[in-house]
Amino acid sequence: MALLEVRDLTVVFQRRGEEPFRAVDGVSFDVEPGQTVGLVGESGCGKSVTSLAIMGLLPKRGATVTGTVTYDGTDLLKLSDKQMRDKRGSELGMVFQDPLSSLNPVIPIGIQVTEVLERHRGLARKEAMIEAKNLLDKVGIPDPNRRLKEYPHQLSGGMRQRALIAIALACRPKLLIADEPTTALDVTIQAQILSLMKELVQDLGTALVMITHDLGVVAGLCDEVNVLYGGKVVEKANRHPLFAEPRHPYTHGLLSSIPRLDAAPGEKLTPIKGSVADNIPWAQGCAFAPRCPNALDVCVQVTPAEEDQLGRLLRCHNPVVPGTPAAEEVPV
Amino acid sequence: MSETLVSVQDMKVHFPIKRGVFMDRTVGYVYAVDGVDLEIKRGETYGLVGESGCGKSTLGRAMLRLNEPTAGKMVFDGQDFSALKGEELRKMRRRIQMVFQDPLSSLDPRQSVESILIEGLRAHGLDKGKESTNKRLRELLTAVGLPTTALRKYPHEFSGGQRQRIGIARALALEPDLIVADEPVSALDVSVQAQVVNLMEQLQEQFGLTYLVIAHDLAVVKHISDRVGVMYLGGLVEEASSEDLYAEPLHPYTRALLSAIPVPDPVVEDRRERILLAGDLPSPANPPSGCRFHTRCPWRQETKCDTDRPVLRELKPGHKVACHWAEQIQSGEIKPHEVKPILVEEGDGLSPDVPLVGPASVTEALNP
Ligand SMILES: Nc1ncnc2c1ncn2[C@@H]1O[C@H](COP(=O)(O)OP(=O)(O)OP(=O)(O)O)[C@@H](O)[C@H]1O
Ligand SMILES: Nc1ncnc2c1ncn2[C@@H]1O[C@H](COP(=O)(O)OP(=O)(O)OP(=O)(O)O)[C@@H](O)[C@H]1O
Ligand code: SF4
Ligand code: SF4
Ligand SMILES: [Mg+2]
Ligand SMILES: [Mg+2]
Repeated sequence: MALLEVRDLTVVFQRRGEEPFRAVDGVSFDVEPGQTVGLVGESGCGKSVTSLAIMGLLPKRGATVTGTVTYDGTDLLKLSDKQMRDKRGSELGMVFQDPLSSLNPVIPIGIQVTEVLERHRGLARKEAMIEAKNLLDKVGIPDPNRRLKEYPHQLSGGMRQRALIAIALACRPKLLIADEPTTALDVTIQAQILSLMKELVQDLGTALVMITHDLGVVAGLCDEVNVLYGGKVVEKANRHPLFAEPRHPYTHGLLSSIPRLDAAPGEKLTPIKGSVADNIPWAQGCAFAPRCPNALDVCVQVTPAEEDQLGRLLRCHNPVVPGTPAAEEVPV
Repeated sequence: MSETLVSVQDMKVHFPIKRGVFMDRTVGYVYAVDGVDLEIKRGETYGLVGESGCGKSTLGRAMLRLNEPTAGKMVFDGQDFSALKGEELRKMRRRIQMVFQDPLSSLDPRQSVESILIEGLRAHGLDKGKESTNKRLRELLTAVGLPTTALRKYPHEFSGGQRQRIGIARALALEPDLIVADEPVSALDVSVQAQVVNLMEQLQEQFGLTYLVIAHDLAVVKHISDRVGVMYLGGLVEEASSEDLYAEPLHPYTRALLSAIPVPDPVVEDRRERILLAGDLPSPANPPSGCRFHTRCPWRQETKCDTDRPVLRELKPGHKVACHWAEQIQSGEIKPHEVKPILVEEGDGLSPDVPLVGPASVTEALNP
């Protein structure tokens, strides 16, 4: 049994006077210790809501969460708020895109790290200070002694993100969920943070769920990749087959539309037509159909099921066959 | 094709940092752009890359005189744009248009697309009667791939990519020679970015436009640009054709930057060697002496690096670099070494001895 088993996770938001909105729609995946699983997709596809649902951080009112999230044998969705709070910060760590919002602005970094060490690892204040300094050092924060006394706003974006990772590390979580941890950072800083996260997985055997819209980050970091579209996983595969032979028209479209640094001069980009605003509801067929170059009549009549096809999980009536061009040229 | 349209000469933009009860004391400067020379040829796309805060946008804005430069000038089509005044300035302004990062905040939400487009035409006397204007509006929309029904709609009724098309149509309306596009696709969804990139390329061909594209995403810049300039802390550190820059980066910073960009291909990612830079970008209010990259440079040498500021020099035809040791680094004579990260002060990086009577940050000081 995997360390984390997410099954059929569904989150429905209900705002007054509006149709219920399924932000996450039957998402399932597993994460093993020492494994990195990626959730990738564009803005609004449900990545953050998935991670918040797993962590029990969605607002109680207005959001209905169904399915199961089994962590180490326990269904996290059935735990009380108090039990969940204890789990977060000890076994479950989380790193967000905006570190400022997850650090307490009026408490010095040092105290925020030592608190975690005292509470979750039972260290005495003095030991905790030494360990905190080691952690800051480990995540590449220069002059840690001085940094420990500073407040979050006194640190740069990159340093804050490191501090947050230091806090996440402080409790030696078995599972870490990182939601766009480097999106707000410069690429040279991103490279530092990603290499830090890789070390974490390799050295401590942490299970990592990596949420990002950047396919490049996924390619270098994730063992298994879940491509999300409109709240559903549309393709799930290991990173090598996924990138070598994307089978879902959406994955294929994404990969053909991003410029690659190592592309030959004169490379043409093939965009996906339209935008997510054109989606149809999954209940009517395939949400991607209005944008899909492979769409068939059945696509707007029957919702494609998640099926084991072509050696991977796919949700598609007419997957891309390698070697054939991606259907019609899309007008710009 | 090789005719120079834009020539930027020793451009500097220093923002004063004010303190004191009446904000009357200048206690230092943010050296946002600190001596940049570059040339853009007619019909080409010049890409400007660099990390956040290196001065890309400030340089673009100074060229358009949206920020008055502290020193330096821009010569546009043979005329000193920096010295123009009144009517002449207004006329010249029409020929240089800007496209912004966030299309929603740069489009007035209360105006329909039609009135957004007409406004520009009117301001420059290009609104020559109802019929010809209507025809022109339809042409513009067709050019950027929007239906003519878009004219009656308002910006919020469009998706991000469509809004960027409106922003581009607004710039195109004035038949400019040069379009300065500051992060034109970075606010867009990945699947939509390529639509806008392809549109810009197609319009360039169709209308013979010259582009200055400012972006932090080097993969996008490499794709769209003929030549690329890499900025670090207010200065250009390398300039080359986009192929040469990628094939043979000469500046240590460019090497690190290129090696840090993830490529969506696991095979490539698995065997790539990364040059991980230590620490953060220093503050532009307190730039390091000598070579500004010396605090993070893995190739830094005992001599020259921390004392002399390297100038941009041509190492190969069309390939310029600002590094004292570029030849030796390229030949392998100088090897990279480990760098300890050094403390970078947040904020304006002034010494704590300066009494903080006034606002705490530069932005606060300048935009009360
Ligand atoms: N508290 C909420 N109430 C109602 N709708 C919500 C709430 N939180 C998120 N949503 C909606 O759920 C959908 C999924 O949002 P989510 O934040 O998971 O997207 P994401 O994939 O993380 O996107 P991004 O890349 O922009 O972070 C969006 O349409 C969003 O508007
Ligand atoms: N009006 C201003 N007053 C004071 N400082 C400014 C002003 N505008 C910009 N700066 C500072 O000048 C430096 C360069 O800013 P600029 O916006 O040009 O960077 P950039 O390269 O465009 O970064 P980004 O990628 O984040 O857009 C930054 O340190 C910024 O804080
Ligand atoms: S189910 Fe049909 S519309 Fe959806 S991705 Fe597959 S081919 Fe395209
Ligand atoms: S001049 Fe010195 S410090 Fe600067 S980039 Fe070259 S080697 Fe590095
Ligand atoms: Mg999100
Ligand atoms: Mg900018």
